[in-house]
Amino acid sequence: MAQKTVEFTVGRNAEMGMDGRPAASPLEPFEIAEPTLGSEHMLVNVGPQHPATHGVLRLVCELDGETVVDVTPHIGFLHSSFEKLGEYRTWNQIVPLTDRMDYLAPLIYNCAYAMGVERLMGIEVTERCKVVRVILMEMDRIFGHLLWLGTTAIDVGAFTPFLYTFQEREKIYKLHEAYTGARITTSATRVGGMMADLPEGWTDQLRAFMDSFPNTLNEVHRLLTNNGIHIGRTQGIGAISAEDAINWGFTGPNLRATGVDYDVRKDQPYYDYETYDFEVPVGQHGDCYDRYLCRMEEMAQSLSILRQALDRLPGGPINVEDPNISLPSKTDAMNDMESMIHHFKLITEGIRGPVGDCYAPVEGSKGELGMYLVSDGGTKPVRWRIRPPSFVNIAVLPKLSRGHMISDMIMINASLDIVLGEIDR
Amino acid sequence: MSDDSLSELDALDAGPRASDVVEPAAGPPSDPSGHPTVVALMERFGDAVLHHEVVADEQHVVHVDPSRNVEIIRWLRDDPAQAYNHLADVTAVDFGGGAPLQVVYQLFSLTHKHRLRVKCLLDVDALTIDSVVPMWNGANWLEREVYDMFGITFKGHPDLRRILMPKDYAEGHPLRKDFPLRGRFSRAEQTRRALAQDVDRFYIPAERAVGREPQEVHFPDPDAPSRAGRADG
Repeated sequence: MAQKTVEFTVGRNAEMGMDGRPAASPLEPFEIAEPTLGSEHMLVNVGPQHPATHGVLRLVCELDGETVVDVTPHIGFLHSSFEKLGEYRTWNQIVPLTDRMDYLAPLIYNCAYAMGVERLMGIEVTERCKVVRVILMEMDRIFGHLLWLGTTAIDVGAFTPFLYTFQEREKIYKLHEAYTGARITTSATRVGGMMADLPEGWTDQLRAFMDSFPNTLNEVHRLLTNNGIHIGRTQGIGAISAEDAINWGFTGPNLRATGVDYDVRKDQPYYDYETYDFEVPVGQHGDCYDRYLCRMEEMAQSLSILRQALDRLPGGPINVEDPNISLPSKTDAMNDMESMIHHFKLITEGIRGPVGDCYAPVEGSKGELGMYLVSDGGTKPVRWRIRPPSFVNIAVLPKLSRGHMISDMIMINASLDIVLGEIDR
Repeated sequence: MSDDSLSELDALDAGPRASDVVEPAAGPPSDPSGHPTVVALMERFGDAVLHHEVVADEQHVVHVDPSRNVEIIRWLRDDPAQAYNHLADVTAVDFGGGAPLQVVYQLFSLTHKHRLRVKCLLDVDALTIDSVVPMWNGANWLEREVYDMFGITFKGHPDLRRILMPKDYAEGHPLRKDFPLRGRFSRAEQTRRALAQDVDRFYIPAERAVGREPQEVHFPDPDAPSRAGRADG
């Protein structure tokens, strides 16, 4: 008979903060006797079309009873060769490809790409543009984490948080729509600025969301954080040490859950993140529960950054005033000869970059999102490489899952917060 | 850039163009004193550090001897003054036109918060380099992707097989510049191959060794007399 020790540490993080102080458990740990079943291993195929794989991911599991002996992830079902397509497009034409990769937080991808090109070309965007991009990125961090929260809660049997989080997501969808006209495929950035300035009343709409969102966050906290079933399904599941996490290339909340406080916003600040007052939540145990807590706290921190950014949102132009980079206004292009020439050159030819390469990382909702751009001086990139955080994170799934039950493997997979559009690209 | 007169679709069918700049790697050498690691690296591996440049926004790039990549990167990781313990990315760049392929390592030091880009140039007819998987497990999938997309072989990689493309993909390595955007085979040939695939190709040998064979599905013989016919007779 095999023994499985069930340990209750209810309220390990009784407070909403991240102090990690262990609280006294109301229950003593006890042991369940498990019958030893046959030793013949079984091959079970999960996916590629399966709701619990969170995308078109296929997992071939070798099982001993219900225990996972090994998992082989098979990816590539959504491969669209975005990187190859990018080599045939001008710098601005690539923007629509970026939001199709991470459709759960598209604006982070838009902004990251634009930032990479601007760093390559040495373009300094306007103050207003910087703050607007911070607002959009933090808004989409919440957007991405909310989807993760709802779908992951479903994987452990909690259906209600899904309804709550998707109600809030709908408000962000509406904000996307009000600004860009699209709910998912936003394509909001351009090299040197944005496709347009924020529409009138948009910030009020965002503030209305920010007023209602903390209530939802508290409700989900009440439903999950001290929920015995949720704790039992997540604490000690899929744990990884800080050393291993670094060795496997973890970034983002997955890395911070192990106790490493690496956040690109703090360590390599962009868009004046060093002037915003926010905390980087870290966990201690590196398990599914700490990943959950880290993301919950990150949403609260993003909300704080949003408030600060909205308060400091400066006026002025949103695009750089360089006719070789930004399109002239439609009125100018129709009435002014110079503007029309610039408009024509930019549309037919595109922007020219310098010879060189550039690696620009941002803190995406899933980890370090890097844009590596190589230019030969032409209007198209020679190579456009995305450092995909989900791709690196999902590679750890076999290591994390071995020895756990197959239902825990589903939870581990969910807790890594993957998006297959970005893994396959 | 010599944008030819072909329309976009014709240009696609005409195949890829080589990069216009033939000699991409030779940026002007930069002053290494701005980056403490580069200075130390040059002191220690003088002849193996082939080139150093500073590109966009103070990013330091070193080109190293591809035959000593593991030795140099291991030193960068293990030397406490450098401590580049986080391998952010492994990728490759093809400039086309027979120019050497670049293998690019993006290193980051979580201790000192330094970033460094290490490049190794590989000739197109000798696309082999030592794997860094023994140092970072995270390099496993990244190197597999480089192999899949560029055909670069990583010596010492434990499981070097295609990752994004199907394992029996026969058209080559898609991100190479000599690979046409729409693939090497015609649409008809691609469809024929897609229809001719069998169950076995969805499993790797390690998986096939476990468990049962896939169940055989028996379809009814269309020539056999139907049950209704038998009942009537």
